[in-house]
Amino acid sequence: MTLRSPLGRVRGLGAAKDGTAHWWAQRITAAALVPLTIWFVASIAAMAGAGHAAVLAWVANPVVAILLILLVIATFHHAQLGMQTVIEDYVHHEGTKVVVLVLVKLAAFALGVAAVFAVVRIAVKG
Amino acid sequence: MNKANRPLSPHLQVYKPQITSVLSITHRATGIALVVGTLVLVWWLVAAAAGPGPFATVQGVLRSWIGQLLLLGWSFALFFHLCCGIRHLFWDAGYGFDIPTVTKSGWTAIAGAVALTAVSWIWAYASLGGAS
Repeated sequence: MTLRSPLGRVRGLGAAKDGTAHWWAQRITAAALVPLTIWFVASIAAMAGAGHAAVLAWVANPVVAILLILLVIATFHHAQLGMQTVIEDYVHHEGTKVVVLVLVKLAAFALGVAAVFAVVRIAVKG
Repeated sequence: MNKANRPLSPHLQVYKPQITSVLSITHRATGIALVVGTLVLVWWLVAAAAGPGPFATVQGVLRSWIGQLLLLGWSFALFFHLCCGIRHLFWDAGYGFDIPTVTKSGWTAIAGAVALTAVSWIWAYASLGGAS
């Protein structure tokens, strides 16, 4: 026996008005970020004290550039998904909630694009 | 809907802090701190692309004592969020829900975060010594 209406069963969505897409994306980006962040921190630690030229040469390496872009995309996707959860939990006024959510998501896009552009610019010029 | 006289849960002021609740809210707090930290990552990459002048400015800020303190905080937040995140992935897969395991995995995550932070900073200062 099910207590769900036929329409509710077809939609597959409960009171959250949402499916599992958010949950899955949060987990997949989390799994990707485990090796990516460890690689990034290890690389930065090994480069402590390196000058501008050495950092440019490192970023310009194709493997490093690709990993950095993946890191940036996974980081900002994961960050905006997490911030969405926090905002939905604590901001109760519907209008304010929508405005803050839109601002956070646009900021994540803008910052992510800026970082990817910086990596591409260094990789192409170097 | 009248919510005025309904009991609210949890009563944060009367509950003794436990490893479950403390790690849960710290996971969220470190996540928010890391969002702020992403601004530094973007600043660092954009400055590196912009040229030696802007890059020297970022490096100067990050190498000041306040910059080092912030980086220490962010590196610990990163490893804490990473270790607790792995704990969450195990729960998502259906493992480690009984209370003794939850307590053990919680302390393991804290120890892992402290150890990874320490190793990173020892490594960084060792590289710094080698570079200069």
